[in-house]
Amino acid sequence: MSAYDLAVVGGGPAGVAGALTAALLGLRVVLLDGNARLGGQYHRHALGERPKARFARQCEVLSARAEVRTRRQIWAVAAEDGAFTVHAKGEPPLLARRLLIATGAHDRPLPFPGWDLPGVLTAGGAQALLKGDGVVAGRRVAVAGTGPFLLPVAAGLARAGAHVVGVYEASSGLGLAGHPILALGKAGEAAGYALRLARHRVPYLTGHAVIAAHGGQEVTGVTVARLGRDWRARSAKRVACDTLAVGYGFVPQLDLAVQLGCATASDADGSPVVAVDARQRTSVPGVWAAGEPTGVGGSELAELEGRIAGLAAAGGADVPAVLLRRRARLRAFAAALHRAYPVRPGWTGWLREDTLVCRCEEVPLARVREAQRLGAADARSIKLLARPGMGWCQGRMCGYAVSCLSGQPQQAPRRPIAQPITLGELASPQKDS
Amino acid sequence: MTERFEIVFEGRAVPVVAGQSLGAALHAAGIRSWRTTRFGGRPRGLFCGIGVCFDCLVSVNGAAPERACLTEAAPGDEVSAT
Amino acid sequence: MSDVIVIGAGVVGAACAYYAARAGLDVTVVDRGPVAGGTTGAGEGNILVSDKEPGPELDLALLSNRLWRELAGHGGFEFEAKGGLVVAATADAYRQLTDLAAAQGVEHTAVPGEALPGYEPELAPGLAGGVHYPEDAQVQPMLAAARLLDHGARAHGRGTLRLRTGVTVTGFLRSGERVTGVRTSAGDILGGAVVNAGGTWGGDLARLAGVHLPVLPRRGFILVTEPLPKPLIRHKVYTAAYAEGVASDSADLATAAVVEGTPAGTVLIGASRERVGFDRTTSLPVLSRLAAQAVELFPALAGVRAIRSYCGFRPYCPDHLPVIGPDPRAPGLYHACGHEGAGIGLAPATGYLLAQRLAGERPEMDLRPFRPDRFGEEER
Repeated sequence: MSAYDLAVVGGGPAGVAGALTAALLGLRVVLLDGNARLGGQYHRHALGERPKARFARQCEVLSARAEVRTRRQIWAVAAEDGAFTVHAKGEPPLLARRLLIATGAHDRPLPFPGWDLPGVLTAGGAQALLKGDGVVAGRRVAVAGTGPFLLPVAAGLARAGAHVVGVYEASSGLGLAGHPILALGKAGEAAGYALRLARHRVPYLTGHAVIAAHGGQEVTGVTVARLGRDWRARSAKRVACDTLAVGYGFVPQLDLAVQLGCATASDADGSPVVAVDARQRTSVPGVWAAGEPTGVGGSELAELEGRIAGLAAAGGADVPAVLLRRRARLRAFAAALHRAYPVRPGWTGWLREDTLVCRCEEVPLARVREAQRLGAADARSIKLLARPGMGWCQGRMCGYAVSCLSGQPQQAPRRPIAQPITLGELASPQKDS
Repeated sequence: MTERFEIVFEGRAVPVVAGQSLGAALHAAGIRSWRTTRFGGRPRGLFCGIGVCFDCLVSVNGAAPERACLTEAAPGDEVSAT
Repeated sequence: MSDVIVIGAGVVGAACAYYAARAGLDVTVVDRGPVAGGTTGAGEGNILVSDKEPGPELDLALLSNRLWRELAGHGGFEFEAKGGLVVAATADAYRQLTDLAAAQGVEHTAVPGEALPGYEPELAPGLAGGVHYPEDAQVQPMLAAARLLDHGARAHGRGTLRLRTGVTVTGFLRSGERVTGVRTSAGDILGGAVVNAGGTWGGDLARLAGVHLPVLPRRGFILVTEPLPKPLIRHKVYTAAYAEGVASDSADLATAAVVEGTPAGTVLIGASRERVGFDRTTSLPVLSRLAAQAVELFPALAGVRAIRSYCGFRPYCPDHLPVIGPDPRAPGLYHACGHEGAGIGLAPATGYLLAQRLAGERPEMDLRPFRPDRFGEEER
């Protein structure tokens, strides 16, 4: 098995920038990504479409300078004699002397009655359908949750022909005019979305949330409530729709970093993240991390962190101070967004006793509460007693909610098997041919 | 020129634009659930759309269930509910 | 002031507390974590008589088996009387299995190779035979521990049972030689007796009390599959090599196939044993071996996906017997720990017998084989 100098896991802005930077400095680089095309979530694009010019150029240069392997699901990474093995499904493990973890993030849903009805999608899921497959998620769509990501989702759906019945932003702010995006120097971007929403007459309501979805086989309507400061529902009304796109921020994907024993830290919103130093180095020598796994901060920050990690992994060259200053500014922006869009505790009041907290194992709130009564004082023991997070998704969907319900700080989850793998393949790993 | 073809879901023809995932093609055709849960028998389809939630498990050509949102549709795929 | 302080809210501590409360004693259970968060939380839930050599541990297992069935009657946790099937690849191994079964004197049926499919249709062909043990069972151990504490507190105790989680024991209170309580992160707690049910950490607790108890962590990994729509495996199925691995003293890695279905639809695959301290790093070679052995036993598992794995630390004593009973070196201190991989199965008997002792009765079974001072002094 010949060793690469650097293996990069994740083909979004951070991974591509990191791989490219290191490859241009002469490293033998391999980049692996689970999707059919590079791009991650931000630059996701349909077959035959070109992503944004800058990213497209990076990908072109990268494929000439490094090995790019898409459709690779990485189920494990391991340290081995001063190097790392990267285990993708269906092929022999590859060996690399250094590793860059750029595995991105996924939506952070909150449970509410009816959230498991077909037609209820995460905001990121609706966006992925639109950008990656050219499919508009529904005809009458409600967009709900919290955070600036709701704006591009709603604007994209409206432009693609959906009737967006409303954008329900749970945080109480000053509406679009006082949107932190404006305050933080992203006026152009926010104004673009605002203009588009206005043109399509899409109402944007702050301090409102979808607290229930209704329907038999699929969603036919939602209950929209005006929220108090702590997000407890005040008055409520029914809104007809066939689709709901909902998201309350993002969960950094740390599985591979945790497998390697990388130290974690707590982000501004309490999310566990990979702890990195000024050069994106993790606590494990030879392992770097960039982008959302080190704290959700968007594509621009991810790309910058990828570059810094690529420089650092290549060694020698100093990281220019200008990059470090830019990163500090973008990190501050990310922290400001976390502060502007916190999840408030009143959402737990939207749940009924029979509301599923865990979709996979179908664990209702009542069973979580019973486990707590029996002495399950933290999220892990709630899981052990009542099974939320034991199923197919391994707590990726319900983990945040269960942490909130436990009243304890979030812990970085341990997932030694990051993607399901057949016992046959696990038993006899693919050999080099 | 975008290539188009069909797949079959439970006997029904579903149009696909090349490159689309099975989940996207089904959803676009108005088929929003193709799985029932094992305890409550609840209908499920796409939720996270990016391979994380496993709600969209679907069986293709009789094989073990796969995530519909990650599986690219291929001409003639026979897709069944799980 | 309690009659009894139990340190450890795992299944052994829960059983001690439950039976002590039932015997009319006032019990306080303390744990530095939540309920069942340590050794119990990483267990499989085995209630086995099949893997025990004739002797005191088998006697304990048989008593426990009966008690588990009684406790399951209270409800609130999964208890599956699924039976165990031990299989052998060779005629020699098969004969050893049937010899052991005869010596054990527990209910069993010898199953020749050609009859195995009647018990487990998916078993690999060509096995020499097996022994079916109808009394082997499985329990969801975390929930069982929590329910035992709850039953003890609510319905079944004449005494009282109080659970205090998040309370760390930092020392023992003494009056002369006598242990009179524990010093904790939440203040001193006085008690007439203190029970060390610290599982794998039982040795550390003993050291706090100034006595030597050689309980060592033995790491084990478990693989868990996707939930299957139809059960593939009916019994707890394991190979003859499993019991040998349990009985081994080697610090090196030993693995043997132990495969079973659960009510949640998942298949649990064990078992590995190695002495590597408290290192939680996942070993991919171990997972690979577990998968290979499971597939060898059940070829249909090759296409089934593993979705997670976990590891735990079995509390291992050099002679493979648990430590149960009063510690003559520290009057007032009792131990109930060191059950290695059999703690879930042996918990009720441990609690039942210890409670008899705590209540001043003569225990139904001779506790001498389990006495805490049997190991001699710590090697220096």
